[in-house]
Amino acid sequence: MLNHSLRQLASLLAEGKASSVELCTDYLDRIEALNRQLNAFITVDRAKTLLEARAADARRAQGEAGPLTGIPVAHKDIFCAEGWLTTCGSKMLANFVSPYDAHIISRFKAAGMPCLGKTNMDEFAMGSSNETSYFGPVKNPWDLKAVPGGSSGGAAACVAARLAPAATGTDTGGSIRQPAALCGITGLKPTYGVCSRYGMIAFASSLDQAGPMALSAEDCALLMNVMAGFDERDSTSLQRAAEDYARDLDKPLTGLKIGLPREFFGQGMAPDVARAVEAAIAEYRKLGAQTVEVSLPNMHLSVPVYYVLAPAEASSNLSRFDGVRYGHRAADYSDLTDMYERTRAEGFGAEVKRRILIGTYVLSHGYYDAYYLQAQKLRRLIARDFAEAFQQCDVILGPTAPTTAFDLGAKNADPVQMYLSDIYTIAVNLAGLPGMSLPCGFGDDGRPIGLQLIGNYFAEARMLNVAHQYQLATDWHTRQPRLGG
Amino acid sequence: MSLSPEDIQRIARLARIRLTEAEAAQTGAQLNGIFRLIEQMQAVDTTGVAPMAHAQEVYQRLRADAVTEPNRRELFQAIAPQTEAGLYLVPKVIE
Repeated sequence: MLNHSLRQLASLLAEGKASSVELCTDYLDRIEALNRQLNAFITVDRAKTLLEARAADARRAQGEAGPLTGIPVAHKDIFCAEGWLTTCGSKMLANFVSPYDAHIISRFKAAGMPCLGKTNMDEFAMGSSNETSYFGPVKNPWDLKAVPGGSSGGAAACVAARLAPAATGTDTGGSIRQPAALCGITGLKPTYGVCSRYGMIAFASSLDQAGPMALSAEDCALLMNVMAGFDERDSTSLQRAAEDYARDLDKPLTGLKIGLPREFFGQGMAPDVARAVEAAIAEYRKLGAQTVEVSLPNMHLSVPVYYVLAPAEASSNLSRFDGVRYGHRAADYSDLTDMYERTRAEGFGAEVKRRILIGTYVLSHGYYDAYYLQAQKLRRLIARDFAEAFQQCDVILGPTAPTTAFDLGAKNADPVQMYLSDIYTIAVNLAGLPGMSLPCGFGDDGRPIGLQLIGNYFAEARMLNVAHQYQLATDWHTRQPRLGG
Repeated sequence: MSLSPEDIQRIARLARIRLTEAEAAQTGAQLNGIFRLIEQMQAVDTTGVAPMAHAQEVYQRLRADAVTEPNRRELFQAIAPQTEAGLYLVPKVIE
């Protein structure tokens, strides 16, 4: 059952061959056996999960089951879930039991999909290795010495290790795609505005977007059918007609035009990653696709631009953590300012502090034009590059990350080296485009390699089709790491 | 550009984060590395380019001026560090 697709699990449930309680129990047992090694979950609550599973079974008995009712999902600990500890990977929220549900959580509840637990993540989603979590790093199931990527590292690791059939993630600069690549699973970051941000703890609001992480593109399509949709409580949620993200999965790729950005294939990409991506391109040509070279000339500016805009927005968003209404408060303080300063010094980890300080500086008097405004102008140039590229192609293809998963501790000392591991993913967030990562091979070290697809605005169904056809022709996405019990 | 420990302490005060001297020194070195990366932006002439604040050209929606949320004060205050008589407690600000 562990390698079943969501459609296969749904059939088992529909045919009465398994109940949601049985399915959840199997996964909970596996989590109990393996999470100690992986640290993929921050919170697991068997009683709560089984309560939801029993409700799903009852719903099915009444003939009211939806397509995925009864299948459990692991939620990134950035999503507020009523009655669940919701830490965002931070000491600041280590005691925060959410009094309400994020929109994404209510969508899964409405679909009858039990919460399997809350997954580990970089603190406030700031990191590319899951090492900034207050709850300790997640280990990569393919090699316990390696990072799983971040910030949705727990989500990627738990799906790769078959501790959950599916998971939610969020992606501000690559936080779904990069860990999906490093753990050998499939993940999708939708067009900005497609999934509601309500109840998703904010990092950089103009970039944050929720999306699915699973074993295949088909599974991601089914999860998108649950997650996407307008929500008036998110001021940037887009009002669009509902769509079936699985509708185009079976279309042939004949005539598909794949854009290969010159800037993605230069120096910087490790030789083993380059070989795997080239092999994937060859596979796509066999499937009837044509390739065309495109250019994203401002691509090299995406990391600098991101490290102005994202910290600026974060410094504003994270000002709410002041020890007054919820979360950590320092034990000793002399006055109100002292309370704020000590609370935030104790509650935030080093990376979060660094980013708040960068953001505070670039927004401070006298520096706004040189940094924040200049970054916003360059953001427009980056978005324009994509618009021009999409005049010539249907999807853009390249690597998700420049290397396979690096070792735990390898990039901790130098934030800039860590930031550069998102060099291929960040521009997509700046432009607000959909992007995904799917497995396309293994590196010389035996660690997974991810292929990135980038689509035009609202082209999720097409991208999922492009990914699904590749997964029908290859079996990289079915490979499973060996883990001891 | 290079940030001194005094600059770092000034920014930290604006951000309401207490830093020890050792932390300020270490943070300063890291921030200077990050700003060397960021400075690449200054090489590009962006005259006449409109700043892009958001991925989609959308406008703020308006809603009817009506109460939509129920009062859930007790639930929300149950997770607060310190409350009394329905109020959030903080150190005295006004004598």
